Amino acid sequence: MSTAADERILRSSPLRKLLLSRPELGSVVGALAVFLFFAFAADGFLNASSLSTVLYASSTIGIMAVPVALLMIGGEFDLSAGVLVTSSALISSMFSYQLTANTWVGVGVSLLVTLAVGAFNGFMLTRTKLPSFIITLGTFLMLTGMNLGFTKLIDGTVSTKTIADMEGFPAAHALFASTLTVGGVDVKVTILWWLVLVALASWILLRTRAGNWIFAVGGNEDAARAVGVPVAKTKIGLYMGVAFGAWISGQHLLFSFDAVQSGEGVGNELIYIIAAVIGGCLITGGYGSAIGSAVGALLFGMTSKGIVFAEWNPDWFKFFLGAMLLLATLLNAWVKKRAEATT
Amino acid sequence: MTETTERTALVELTGAGKQYGNVRALDGVSLEVHAGEITCVLGDNGAGKSTLIKMIAGLHRHDAGTLRIEGEETRLDSPREALDRGIATVYQDLAVVPLMPVWRNFFLGSEPRKGVGPFKRLDTGLMRRTTREALLRMGIDLRDVDQPIGTLSGGERQCVAIARAVHFGAKVLVLDEPTAALGVKQSGVVLKYVAAARDEGLGVVLITHNPHHAYLVGDRFVLLRRGTMVGRYTRDEITLDELTKQMAGGSDLEALVHELRRS
Repeated sequence: MSTAADERILRSSPLRKLLLSRPELGSVVGALAVFLFFAFAADGFLNASSLSTVLYASSTIGIMAVPVALLMIGGEFDLSAGVLVTSSALISSMFSYQLTANTWVGVGVSLLVTLAVGAFNGFMLTRTKLPSFIITLGTFLMLTGMNLGFTKLIDGTVSTKTIADMEGFPAAHALFASTLTVGGVDVKVTILWWLVLVALASWILLRTRAGNWIFAVGGNEDAARAVGVPVAKTKIGLYMGVAFGAWISGQHLLFSFDAVQSGEGVGNELIYIIAAVIGGCLITGGYGSAIGSAVGALLFGMTSKGIVFAEWNPDWFKFFLGAMLLLATLLNAWVKKRAEATT
Repeated sequence: MTETTERTALVELTGAGKQYGNVRALDGVSLEVHAGEITCVLGDNGAGKSTLIKMIAGLHRHDAGTLRIEGEETRLDSPREALDRGIATVYQDLAVVPLMPVWRNFFLGSEPRKGVGPFKRLDTGLMRRTTREALLRMGIDLRDVDQPIGTLSGGERQCVAIARAVHFGAKVLVLDEPTAALGVKQSGVVLKYVAAARDEGLGVVLITHNPHHAYLVGDRFVLLRRGTMVGRYTRDEITLDELTKQMAGGSDLEALVHELRRS
């Protein structure tokens, strides 16, 4: 037995070990390549202001990609994540406006309702045992309809009334949508939110009991249940994490301007999933990292802005995105096969 | 066939049965598990072995007969309850999470933590060290407990699951066909660790359809066929040949021999 185990270790190459232990490694190599590519191909890509723009674009995706990645590691999808961001912004704005309340009241109510939607997704999933694809597709469609329906019903148009003159707006704007100046460079506050979320999620995943459970319910749900892991609670918690991300993004959306378009957000859910997958999350669950999702979002930001800086037709953006997704998925599939290979 | 026991059995089933709707999956099964002994449950497919396991593991409640744990009559309502009473079950296919490192698998569901309040975190150093030591104690030398457990062979994974149950203070270890999917050599290795668990003082229930494996390590044998108990022996009451013959179907086998004989 002992000799068999030792032989096995001698056979595994250091490269393979590194790839297995670091899910985001492939995406880091990809990000470096894309960075170098645009550094040469696009004039001004390396300017501090350009890089700040790239980081801002990355952060708006990244804030959602982090909890979506955790959810994917836990083995589930959330197709309602994109429109939930808009719902969260709409609730906050309409609640404050209709009750002429302080904007912070709207922000607070929005947090509660958004978390409740997340809990609903998780509860439905664990109760019905239907695929999360179906459950959250249902929530996605319902939220899309409610976003438009309620906004038209209450405001008469497809966008909300401005709340810029309401009490508490400046403070909320500072928290969710301000621009800081660091060493002469403008840095959007969302970049800080993003960094904090990545750090928090990494800590949860790697250093807490909840993190161990997230990997386990995604990797082998039945085994996890058999050793006493609270599977339902873990999954509901993950959906509420996505809702929390949607709340931050939603408030950013609202306080960047002062009104919200009710039709926004559709399609973004796929972008979050793509960022997570490019960052090394397995689509089948049980494997991935928060840092990977950040690298995925960064790749997304670099490509979308780099194409503009290079003065190319932005239509090509989707092509690059698709190609990166395919490459990343191929790499992930290879890693999984190696990790699960027996004897 | 039955013997009077002076010691209290860790687990004792008397005339236990289980019905699913109008199907009688198991009927009139009696067995006892003692500390430091291995009780083998033998039976062909559909004999009721897995129903028996589920009753002892707390997945299904028995609906006839009695279940005593350390002499006390009990009903088990969940796997968690069985675990709390010291009954650990190792399933053939759902023992581990393949993509997770060995040490994370080892502590899954019972992770030790340090720190206070929001800074409570996994004691990863302790987890890694303990995993290595617990495996070594069972005679398994893994130099790298950080490798995904999926990279181990099927037999090794079973062994880690057994070591895990021993470490977490199980009194009774239930093993669901631990050798069924394994080659000859690997089966031998697993049986060695089953014996090691017995030597640690655990009572072991070994479910198998291989009489050779059962006779190598077993102290007691319970034979199931089509949901009923057809025999119950201690080791000195039965020979391997007799066990094999019973397992192969006894009179059924003779009929089969007759049928298959070329005319």
